[in-house]
Amino acid sequence: MSRKTDIENRIRERLKPLHLEVIDETHNHNVPENAESHFKIIVASDDFDGKMLVARHRLINELFANELASGVIHALALHTMTPEEWHAKGGEAPQSPPCLGGGKNQ
Amino acid sequence: MDVLERIKQQVESNPIIIYMKGTPQFPQCGFSSRAAAALQDCGEKFAYVNVLADPEVFENLPRFQNWPTFPQIYIDGELIGGCDITEEMHQSGDLRKMVKEAAKKWPTEDTSEA
Repeated sequence: MSRKTDIENRIRERLKPLHLEVIDETHNHNVPENAESHFKIIVASDDFDGKMLVARHRLINELFANELASGVIHALALHTMTPEEWHAKGGEAPQSPPCLGGGKNQ
Repeated sequence: MDVLERIKQQVESNPIIIYMKGTPQFPQCGFSSRAAAALQDCGEKFAYVNVLADPEVFENLPRFQNWPTFPQIYIDGELIGGCDITEEMHQSGDLRKMVKEAAKKWPTEDTSEA
């Protein structure tokens, strides 16, 4: 299973999202192309109702705590919305930034 | 000094501080670059720590507030979040308000590395 699919599965199971997009953005970064290390996640879920952004991001980060700690997953660009916020935005999330080359191993 | 104690002192003694890869002038990560740019756009002094130049902080900051990634932005000692949250709050205008308010707590005029 690709890491993207694994991420999707785990988020679906935990958050029952109204909308979910997981985009592998690894190719934009200073790592091997098949590293599966950088992802953008756009998720709209009722579970975010009444939660600050920090709490919403923590919810997702905790699902992937091991992978983030080990560095297998290097970056998650997170766009977390309640279903209302998602509709209000017309269903769009901002672009992730390009890599500027800085890594752990330099 | 214990590294977590050192981090705690940094976030408590600097009303606005960003832990980032590189510096605001020479960011070395797109996410750090964007978060620093949002802070800069608020027009107030802020402190920064280049985590690439401080391996001890690099290794340990994630467990300080249970936040696994960089950058991390703290205002008034509170974790605001990473790049996405900072940008989102910048777009809504909340970041500017918080930064303006926190900036009143800077003791003197002196922009420097924390």
